[in-house]
Amino acid sequence: MKSLAELAAIKEKMQSRVVLREGSGEIRVVVGMATCGIAAGARPVLNAFVEEVSKAGLSGKVMVTQTGCIGICQYEPVVEVFEAGKDKVTYVKMTAEKAKEVVEKHLKGGRVIEEYTISNV
Amino acid sequence: MIRSQVLICGGTGCTSSGSKALIKEFEDRIAENGLADEVKVVRTGCFGLCALGPVVIVYPDGTFYSRVQKDDVQEIVSEHLLKGRIVERLVYSDIDEKVKEELQHVSLNDTTFYKAQKRVALRNCGVINPESIDEYIAMDGYAALGKALTEMTPDEVIQVIKDSGLRGRGGGGFPTGLKWSFTAKNQADQKYVVCNADEGDPGAFMDRSVLEGDPHCIVEAMAICGYATGASEGYIYVRAEYPIAVQRLKKAIEDARAYGLLGKNIFDSGFDFDLFVRLGAGAFVCGEETALMTSIEGNRGEPRPRPPYPAVKGLFGKPTTENNVETFANVPQIILKGAEFFNSMGTEKSKGTKVFALGGKIHNTGLVEVPMGTTLREIVEVIGGGIPGGKKFKAAQTGGPSGGCIPASMLDIEIDYDNLVSQGAMMGSGGLIVMDEDTCMVDIAKFFLAFTVDESCGKCTPCRIGTRRLYEILEKITSGNGTLEDLDKMEKLCYYIKENSLCGLGQTAPNPVLSTYKRFREEYIAHVVDKKCPAGVCKKLLTISIDGEKCKGCTACARVCPVGAISGSVKNPHWIDPAKCIKCGACMEKCKFGAISKK
Repeated sequence: MKSLAELAAIKEKMQSRVVLREGSGEIRVVVGMATCGIAAGARPVLNAFVEEVSKAGLSGKVMVTQTGCIGICQYEPVVEVFEAGKDKVTYVKMTAEKAKEVVEKHLKGGRVIEEYTISNV
Repeated sequence: MIRSQVLICGGTGCTSSGSKALIKEFEDRIAENGLADEVKVVRTGCFGLCALGPVVIVYPDGTFYSRVQKDDVQEIVSEHLLKGRIVERLVYSDIDEKVKEELQHVSLNDTTFYKAQKRVALRNCGVINPESIDEYIAMDGYAALGKALTEMTPDEVIQVIKDSGLRGRGGGGFPTGLKWSFTAKNQADQKYVVCNADEGDPGAFMDRSVLEGDPHCIVEAMAICGYATGASEGYIYVRAEYPIAVQRLKKAIEDARAYGLLGKNIFDSGFDFDLFVRLGAGAFVCGEETALMTSIEGNRGEPRPRPPYPAVKGLFGKPTTENNVETFANVPQIILKGAEFFNSMGTEKSKGTKVFALGGKIHNTGLVEVPMGTTLREIVEVIGGGIPGGKKFKAAQTGGPSGGCIPASMLDIEIDYDNLVSQGAMMGSGGLIVMDEDTCMVDIAKFFLAFTVDESCGKCTPCRIGTRRLYEILEKITSGNGTLEDLDKMEKLCYYIKENSLCGLGQTAPNPVLSTYKRFREEYIAHVVDKKCPAGVCKKLLTISIDGEKCKGCTACARVCPVGAISGSVKNPHWIDPAKCIKCGACMEKCKFGAISKK
């Protein structure tokens, strides 16, 4: 090791590996992953969220996790976004593409995409 | 892309409760369910809740599963990892139901056990894979070494350590920065850094857990110490009984060498430093700094007189800085975050945090780290979860066989170096053994003394013969043959040993006797005058008898008695022949009517 830059490079590379364990979870993205969710395609949605959040550099702030059935199986895949001090946002009939959009506009930009939410069904 | 990580404790406690097999099982099941690309299994160091092992934590949610068995793995994988349904029956929670409802999801940091803790020395334990240098670097590892070597002079490093108020965590509590400055001042062609990992107190496993859970932080801290004091070589003296710690340390050193974090010209600063591991054979006296160095030199582990102190003439006759594992574990954080970060925690004269190994009669046997000044009550009742079976707290032993006991009346004592010493106990390295009302204090003193009698190296007479004689007096007392004169003799002998022994082992060996005698004098008197053991432990002072009115004559006791001391006919009261009775208590456990008691 000859320089701090080299050390920083390793840290950078490894960050995504450990950040999961200390993520403050200011924002929690919860994907419904019960049988109904999985059948409707929640897995790719979950994976899209994990990937996009990491790509956007939001891993320290956003925790992507999963939950069981929330009871609105006809609208699966369902994704809920929790943020301290704000109302819960529930996205329904999600896809990997929509997930990408949510990360970009909502998680990063702070604008809820109304047309994907449950209030719009 | 990894979306979830399963952390499985690979510390000694959980390894012995079967975590190794769990790791394999998790990997297999995860692969079977096609999750290998999404979920990763990580073997970590100790989480602290050893009593509840094997411990498994699932991130990102931080769900804390305890006592996970191999058969539970399939359920966790298919329910939690696949479908996101937490397996509630395995979740550890000591949280109030009400609070639980307010939290949207319970993570381990919300549990009472963790909430009251502040983790500095243990910050990476149970969080990173100790065998991965990359994970350590990701958690700011080696950044402190980088900072010290590229931005600070050796004097500045020492000043920060001085300002932080860090004191030796091995028990003595000597200011670390001052110790470093002594070695730095002495000119020599070769100086050394030594890490004392010869943790020998019965019931102490703080250093073991740090070495197993975060070995790189010791490597980093020793290199920083080497830079500050002008040493280019270091030795870690660790017990051979700690195989996991030894193996991980060796790997850590190899990996650090491969990255050039040990070796020549580290960070292009011109500073060279290398580390070596030396195994101890388990002699308690080798935890004493001069005996430890004698042992590293290849000789029989015996202490030598001080002065000269190690800072002047230490290992191989050269100036040496010796610190304990936990002391070193605090160093990188202090360098990185500054003296302020550390001295803002703790009490006026004891800064920072302290790791305690909780053991004995307590619910949460395990490892905790709290700010200095935390009360004993909080550690025992809140973090430790109190005493099992609704029994009453009687005393806690700190400092192991060199320390003393803190009685129930002093539960609210704020724990720091000076408070404990003023109460006749000592901080020690951090073993905290909790005793309940069923513990006989004379017997406990005898237990610890037996340990030091065994471990005395024999070099000096007061320790070699004095502790033996002291033990014989205690034996006399616990067998009911003691006199009041014996108590006086005992006390006198204690002070004689303390004042005349060569090293810390002998100087502190009588402490358990003195402190129990001071705090529980009435128990000693009861043994000597009334020939009774109030706690009902000392067998020779007990009589077991059957209450004729309560006895139904079921004969269960007579049948279970191993020596045939109980006689009587069916449906008539039984009686015990005291001459035959060996006081094993088997009859008491068997009796359904509570007719048998010991006094």
